[in-house]
Amino acid sequence: MRKALVIALLGIAAVLPLVRYRPAPAGAHPVAAPAPAASSSIASAPPNPPGNQSVVDGPEVDSDFGPYQVRVTFSGTRITDIALITEPGDRHSQRIANAAAPTLRQEALQAQSAHIDTVSGATATSEAYAQSLQGALDAKGH
Amino acid sequence: MRLVRQIMGLPISLDLPDDEQDAAERAFAWLREVDRRFSPFRDDSEVTQFDPDGPHSAEMREIVGLCETYEGLSGGAFRARLPGRGFDPSGIVKGWAAQRAGELLRAAGVTRFCLNAGGDVIAAGRTWSVGIRHPDQPMAVCAVLAVRDRAVATSGSYERGEHIFDGRTGRPARELVSLTVVAADLTTADAVSTAAFALGRDGISWAAAQPGCLVHAVDAERRVHRSAALRDLLVSPGTMA
Repeated sequence: MRKALVIALLGIAAVLPLVRYRPAPAGAHPVAAPAPAASSSIASAPPNPPGNQSVVDGPEVDSDFGPYQVRVTFSGTRITDIALITEPGDRHSQRIANAAAPTLRQEALQAQSAHIDTVSGATATSEAYAQSLQGALDAKGH
Repeated sequence: MRLVRQIMGLPISLDLPDDEQDAAERAFAWLREVDRRFSPFRDDSEVTQFDPDGPHSAEMREIVGLCETYEGLSGGAFRARLPGRGFDPSGIVKGWAAQRAGELLRAAGVTRFCLNAGGDVIAAGRTWSVGIRHPDQPMAVCAVLAVRDRAVATSGSYERGEHIFDGRTGRPARELVSLTVVAADLTTADAVSTAAFALGRDGISWAAAQPGCLVHAVDAERRVHRSAALRDLLVSPGTMA
């Protein structure tokens, strides 16, 4: 179940750039459960009862274009909706982000479904580690 | 068995067979020793007390030698002595220390392990799938590599902000957001990735030209650049269990 959640989150991350292209209108996402506020709950989120809708907020991510954050709606373990809660505000930066996203997006989409043992990244501080994929893999024991 | 320790201010994750805990603890002990001796944040460390005229320990001589080598190879883009700052070989020490930890494991007879020191990875004894972190998304990867008996190191600006400086200009390196190097050992992978990141866009081809090195880079415009031969390591969906 937890594995399914991690896989689902990887899927979400892959779809993120798509969300940048087509931001969903606010308020169009009926949800049954309140969204947890902290992103660090991702790796240890309790399993959702099958058939029930639940919502998970991703970590607020600082990009070069400003902070953004996604909210994901699950039906059981299936993702039914993804929306940006916050998105980079600066219009110029936003335009650059959108114009440049596809290449990295293609690579990322390719990568998400692969099995992963470990993650190479720029020096992870202990704080960032708690909200990282490597942290989630370690918490899972693999 | 996967063990995680916080050493040198970094999460160190070690995956190895269940009966090898003693060897793992020795590797962790070495990394703690490195933290004591080479941290720029400890008043009594060999780095803080560094005197260019010496005397230096054998390990410090090795570190200084590595710094000089990569300062030369990168045309001064990588620098352990930036103007107005003390000697700071941090860009070299992490990979070097983790490589040594890997050698301690091998010397203890551990052949199959995966060591991840704050994002710098040694994949030994079998094929390990190593994701490269997506520069904008902590929970995502932008590539997955099938790596065996090689090391993978990544430099980027997304975790600690602009902390890598171009020694030629003294300004933060800004042309890339992430640069990953695959090499035979982690000392090389880490040093080449740090120096290449400081070089900026030119660092991509520079890193790819270093002996035995493969590179994957994401520039500030989010374009992906990589060595042609890296394709052989790329895992596409479904090719690994």
